[in-house]
Amino acid sequence: MLHTINKAPHAHDCFDACLRVCGDNATIVLIEDGVYAAIADSDAAQRLCTQAKAVYALQPDIDARGLSTRIASQIRTIDYAGFVQLCCEHPTIQSWY
Amino acid sequence: MTSFALMVLGAPVSTQAPQTALAFARAAVQGGHRILRVFFFHDGVHCGNQMLVPPAGQQPIAEQWAAFAQQHNIDLVVCVASALKRGVLDAGEAKRYDKPAATLHPAFALSGLGQWIDACVNAERLLSFGP
Amino acid sequence: MTQKRILIVCRRPPYGESFAREALDVAMASAAFDQEIALLFLDAGVTLLTKNQQPETIGDKSLEKQFAALPLYDVNELYVDAGALQQYRLSQTDLSLPAQPLATGEITQLLERSDIVLNF
Repeated sequence: MLHTINKAPHAHDCFDACLRVCGDNATIVLIEDGVYAAIADSDAAQRLCTQAKAVYALQPDIDARGLSTRIASQIRTIDYAGFVQLCCEHPTIQSWY
Repeated sequence: MTSFALMVLGAPVSTQAPQTALAFARAAVQGGHRILRVFFFHDGVHCGNQMLVPPAGQQPIAEQWAAFAQQHNIDLVVCVASALKRGVLDAGEAKRYDKPAATLHPAFALSGLGQWIDACVNAERLLSFGP
Repeated sequence: MTQKRILIVCRRPPYGESFAREALDVAMASAAFDQEIALLFLDAGVTLLTKNQQPETIGDKSLEKQFAALPLYDVNELYVDAGALQQYRLSQTDLSLPAQPLATGEITQLLERSDIVLNF
């Protein structure tokens, strides 16, 4: 299953809420403020990479927030076309906001 | 080719949802996919408000969605129950409720949740853009 | 009409925001269109099921009464987050509707067997 998270960890509960129930077969896409969870060496990034099957972060949102050189290497950055492609590959998509 | 139904729940200005949704929709169409319907629900109904005055240099969100929808023949539906409560009315509803203005951009249609259920059932993929 | 398994996830408490009321509208519309509906009260959403709500004190209408109408729409598959019940100090007898408590792993399974998951 595909999950999107649009809030920064600590700013809102949806990051923790998603990780609690998404299971270890989840693919997670960080969008909007959710990209803050992709910061290299952060607790959030470590939790994501340990738990989820795959983690992606939306490049335009990373760039908008000045984070382009600070993203964890295990988290793949994608553009909107890549986001669309991921949605095509997963029959069910759950949006956490 | 995959068909998508999109739900937008976040308001323009206060959230990024309308812009993220539009960027996604554009990428989907560019990738050869189909947007079956975009359904504006909760605060997302404000995307259909033609009275918004954005900062200089920015195009009003309703016009951005309208131009995109017109170019690709996409259904833009605003949930009537969510809309009325938030002051997003077409001419018919403005008259019915004796309100001084119709605030809904003509490219959007007011309709019920049945339109969303129909989109859910018929689209291959469903995605929500929340506040 | 094709039938899909639609899971509506209520994550927020009543009255402070409008998500709960709008989630309920979606649940009823989906049921009216003959879809297979389940509701999951997750995280703070478990508080939607608290009994004896009196929202007239804040000028609002009762969500408790509206949720109570779900069985009339044939929406009987209700689940509640057992962990969150504990956090909000709610027992099953405190709940206004019969909902099956789920442990975290069971919630994951419920999400994974749904065709459509709508978070509110």
